[in-house]
Amino acid sequence: MNPRLLPYVLILPVTLFLCLFFLYPFVLVAQQAFSDGSGFTLDNFRDVTSHWKFPISLKNTFLLALAVVPIQLALSLLMATMVNRMKRGRDLILYIWTIPLGISDLAAGIIWLAIFEQSGFLNSMMGGLGLIDSPTNFLSYQSPMMVFVAIMLAEVWRATAIMLVILVAGIGLIPKEYYEAGEVFGATAWQRFLKITLPMLRPSLQTALVLRVILAFEVFAVVQALGGTLFPVLMGETYEYQFTLLNAGAAAAIALIILGISIAFTLIIMRALRVPKGATI
Amino acid sequence: MAVIEIKNVAKRFGDYQALHDINLTIDDQEFMVLLGASGCGKSTLLRIICGLETASEGEVWIGGKRVDHLPPKDRGISMVFQNYAVFPHLTVFENIGFGLRMQKLPNDQVKRRVERTAGLMHIDQLLKRYSGELSGGQRQRVAVARALAMEPDVILMDEPLSNLDALLRMEMRAELKGVLAESNTTAIYVTHDQVEAMSMADRISVMHEGKIVQAASPIEVYRDPAAEFVAGFIGNPPMNFLPATPAGAAGQWSVAGQTLHGPNAGKDLKFAIRPEDLTLADQGFQARAKVVEPLGAHLLVTCEVEGHQFRAILDSETQVRMGDTLTLAPQDGRGRWFDPATTLAVS
Ligand SMILES: Nc1ncnc2c1ncn2[C@@H]1O[C@H](COP(=O)(O)OP(=O)(O)OP(=O)(O)O)[C@@H](O)[C@H]1O
Ligand SMILES: [Mg+2]
Repeated sequence: MNPRLLPYVLILPVTLFLCLFFLYPFVLVAQQAFSDGSGFTLDNFRDVTSHWKFPISLKNTFLLALAVVPIQLALSLLMATMVNRMKRGRDLILYIWTIPLGISDLAAGIIWLAIFEQSGFLNSMMGGLGLIDSPTNFLSYQSPMMVFVAIMLAEVWRATAIMLVILVAGIGLIPKEYYEAGEVFGATAWQRFLKITLPMLRPSLQTALVLRVILAFEVFAVVQALGGTLFPVLMGETYEYQFTLLNAGAAAAIALIILGISIAFTLIIMRALRVPKGATI
Repeated sequence: MAVIEIKNVAKRFGDYQALHDINLTIDDQEFMVLLGASGCGKSTLLRIICGLETASEGEVWIGGKRVDHLPPKDRGISMVFQNYAVFPHLTVFENIGFGLRMQKLPNDQVKRRVERTAGLMHIDQLLKRYSGELSGGQRQRVAVARALAMEPDVILMDEPLSNLDALLRMEMRAELKGVLAESNTTAIYVTHDQVEAMSMADRISVMHEGKIVQAASPIEVYRDPAAEFVAGFIGNPPMNFLPATPAGAAGQWSVAGQTLHGPNAGKDLKFAIRPEDLTLADQGFQARAKVVEPLGAHLLVTCEVEGHQFRAILDSETQVRMGDTLTLAPQDGRGRWFDPATTLAVS
């Protein structure tokens, strides 16, 4: 066999698989979004974006991403650094920290609902401690801030670990000698983190952030469980159009808008964290 | 001024004792080489001096100040790492200036010192490049320049040339020695390459199993090894050993059928002689040649003398074939004697 052809032959099965189960449905969705049954139209996008809930859900989705991702980034960096310093028990801690990854996002939402509900853990605990007289409803339309905080907490709890595992692997790849050189040449622990860990972690940070940001724009089940209609997000609207309003064209349009946002952010992150040529390990 | 004093330093890793009671004084501006086989504790000792490792016992003094409780940056040292540890995400300029930036020196001073040391190491053309765009030898130069830019009292080097090819290593060896001599720093240089050690050192500390066996000038280490280990380690090939028994009169020894003059001692000794200190003669050790290796400049013959392996370096024109019996005589004054009980030299 021609060795120049071999790589292409080897990736052929995967390519076929992706074309069949990703590209083809994607084309169908795009077709649906841009047509009204007879020809090309932007009506679906016009309808969707002019609906009164669209700006709110767009704003909510962005706010949530903006609140959650930086916290998760900081937390996962801190946790990854801590795990890497550990000599014993490292694997155990890592397993425990990644448990939330194994739980579906709807289940995660329900767990946090059980905490914040009127008859939930938080209320019974505060009641038991005598802090409150009667249980309050934290997750009501009267306290939108509380709803937001609950969703934020649930998201942080649920999805920090996915960044953590990527960063732990990335930090583990940085040779110890660089830190020793940093120490000898006078960098403090904080400076070593800023001047050595962060820049050398760029490829992992890229992956972790892209993954996490895309997931943040797709947030759905946790929000649904905790906020319901109180906190509309883009993905919730897609669901609404598809299954409640039975408007597949509009659902496809919103899905494409989410895709567009995800692609834009992916490009921004890749660009911001790119490694200059020749500067790899 | 930076004299380094290492006093009773010991290091244990769990049950394993990597260093035993090390005592060593390195003079100001001296070039000290730590030489020893892999795993003998050279890096461990260097890292204790540097502060990347703490000693289990003992003290380290640099420039009259006890430093073993200080972090590396407060010891007046800098270091060249074995794998260079040149930061891949910084340009050559920023690599060399890394320590100066950490000291918060003003930009113009950083620039001046970086350019000066880069010039010294002949890498002034490369200042804008990243380490991924450098060859191994160039990266090595960056690592040395980075250490020199700190203008340290002491520079520590852990096998800095071991990743270079033989020719480049020879070139860098001479260059490093020159640059360091000019910079007036005290240097400690770790290597397991004895040619490197002999050619660069003011003094060599030969290490073996976590101990310093001998610390002396290269020629002394070569000519007068203080212990059997040094005699069997230094030299390529190292010294030959033969058992010696007293031969009646005081100072007379019987070695492989020959009577030799040696020290006064009341017990059996070992006689040692360098392969290049043997000559073909009418009277001497009867050696049966087993392997003959023509090495161009000379002829290396591996023989057997009374069941002991015995090597001789002879003139390249000598006609020797496998199985021949040679008569090899030690040159006067070149034989050395060791006590098998203590393994130390006897004179
Ligand atoms: N962190 C550590 N934990 C346990 N043992 C160690 C540690 N560091 C070194 N050792 C042991 O101490 C001994 C000396 O190690 P060291 O690195 O000083 O050897 P070396 O002389 O530098 O060898 P080489 O020439 O191979 O670099 C070795 O047997 C090594 O296994
Ligand atoms: Mg070593």
